[in-house]
Amino acid sequence: MTDVLEMSEAISRTVEDGQRIYLGGFTHLIPFAAGHEIIRQGYEGLNLIRATPDLIYDQLIAAGCASAVTFSYAGNPGVGSLRAFRRAVEDGEPNEVDLEEYSHFGLVSRLEAGAKDLPFVPLRSYVGSDYPEHNDAIRFVENPYDDGIDEIAVVPPLKPDVAIVRAQRADEDGNAHLWGITGEIVEAAFAADTVVLCVEEIVDRSVIRSDPNRTHIPGTVVDCVVEEPYGSHPSYAQGYYDRDNDAYLEWDEISETHESTQEWLAEWVHGVDGRAEYLEKLGTRRLLDLQPRSNLSVPIDMGDY
Amino acid sequence: MRAYTDTELMISRAAQELENGDTTLVGVGVPNLACNLAKRTHAPDLEMIYESGTIGSDPSRLPLSIGDPVLATNARSVVPMTKGFGYYLQAGRIDVGFLGGAQIDRWGNINSTVIGEYDDPAVRLPGSGGACEIASNTDRTIIIAPHSERRFPAEVDFVTSPGYVGGRENRESLGLRGGPEAVITDKAVMRFDDDGEMIVASLHPNVSKTDVRNATGWDVQFSADLGETRTPTDDEIDLIRNDLDPDGIYTGGDGD
Repeated sequence: MTDVLEMSEAISRTVEDGQRIYLGGFTHLIPFAAGHEIIRQGYEGLNLIRATPDLIYDQLIAAGCASAVTFSYAGNPGVGSLRAFRRAVEDGEPNEVDLEEYSHFGLVSRLEAGAKDLPFVPLRSYVGSDYPEHNDAIRFVENPYDDGIDEIAVVPPLKPDVAIVRAQRADEDGNAHLWGITGEIVEAAFAADTVVLCVEEIVDRSVIRSDPNRTHIPGTVVDCVVEEPYGSHPSYAQGYYDRDNDAYLEWDEISETHESTQEWLAEWVHGVDGRAEYLEKLGTRRLLDLQPRSNLSVPIDMGDY
Repeated sequence: MRAYTDTELMISRAAQELENGDTTLVGVGVPNLACNLAKRTHAPDLEMIYESGTIGSDPSRLPLSIGDPVLATNARSVVPMTKGFGYYLQAGRIDVGFLGGAQIDRWGNINSTVIGEYDDPAVRLPGSGGACEIASNTDRTIIIAPHSERRFPAEVDFVTSPGYVGGRENRESLGLRGGPEAVITDKAVMRFDDDGEMIVASLHPNVSKTDVRNATGWDVQFSADLGETRTPTDDEIDLIRNDLDPDGIYTGGDGD
């Protein structure tokens, strides 16, 4: 049974201190609103999982919510470092974080193994690199068959306690349509024990059923649905609003020191009661500037049988 | 001839490494500019694939990140990472990969993970992303980096992405596909000899052998037919400045 909830209740009902949490997406559909709610509710000791931790993980780390990060690329893409992440790793500020590090294929293969309930997944990587030396989870197994390479790297399943993922639209049962870049969102949703699905809009069941190939996350794996427009800003939702690249460039300056980061969190996270107030503060002008022109795909004909 | 910056030379030279019809895995920054420049000049049929899972991207503007919406709109296909890395990269369907790094050694092994000890780093870098797989599974990798002794040590602190590991034979025996093809810096273009060791193939205008030696952490060798690097054409400079990076996000400064 899937519940439709407000963000604050969805987070308080599903997230607990010390859990392994995945906040989804590869640049696209990043659940910023959910991350901010986690900061407001003051969680601690979280293990933050994602291939590409970006600004929202930098913010969660700066806010003291994280004690570990499981990742494969911790940067501000196209801009530079994640400064709060680096402060935690290099200087232990505001607290130390443990790292569990993979390459992209290794991390998404772990989620794939979790989604499929396999003991491991093989991949052609890590040979000749130093990763296996520093991560005991990356191991090598013998090829049981006669053809091909003798040995191959394997990674074990990763099953987050909670996956918080976004989609453009879903029905009230949590059947979600996603389009554009999906990264490792779907694997994480299937791998996780509990799934919080946040969407730009809740639509009628008939909309979802009209295009079942686009339903990448079925309501059967979703525990609760949150409808929150612009919940990914400054990330984006394909077709709804553009990535606010200025915000990613600005973050480099905002996050320059722990103090300047705290000031930003005080104003933009603790200083608002939720996404609606955040958007009001952001201003209509900025949101309008992020609206793409329409570019409709041609409808398919499923046929009426 | 028009004045150009070091970054513009690197972008232009990297673009020349691509052939029309190549399938390439594009990275952020200079590689992004180089691939988009090649596609707008001599390689219109270049198939650009991004780690985020966009296949055959044809961006209307230069993306800041490799996950921007312009890479998905009008792409040939958009796939999950498991499929992009599995069906495309791992299966050998990508010819060229672009890589950068904080350290690159004489065998083309790259470090983009940590400077110093892994467990107590002096500088914590972003990490592999897809670099380890790109270095392992493409036919040829093009490495782009500023040239300094710090960047080109005899040995890297951490092998994020394997080059020729300890030599060409070593790479082959490990079952790794392809290998590094060229290293493009702000001083020279380097390639790899029969043993898999990096050697200088061409010097950029106004750069001497001594300049390169002083900026390389081992006794780097020079090719017998050492030439001068081709400089960017006026058209290429116009495309970079007016179309690809009009705000100068990547080409605005020449800092290391």
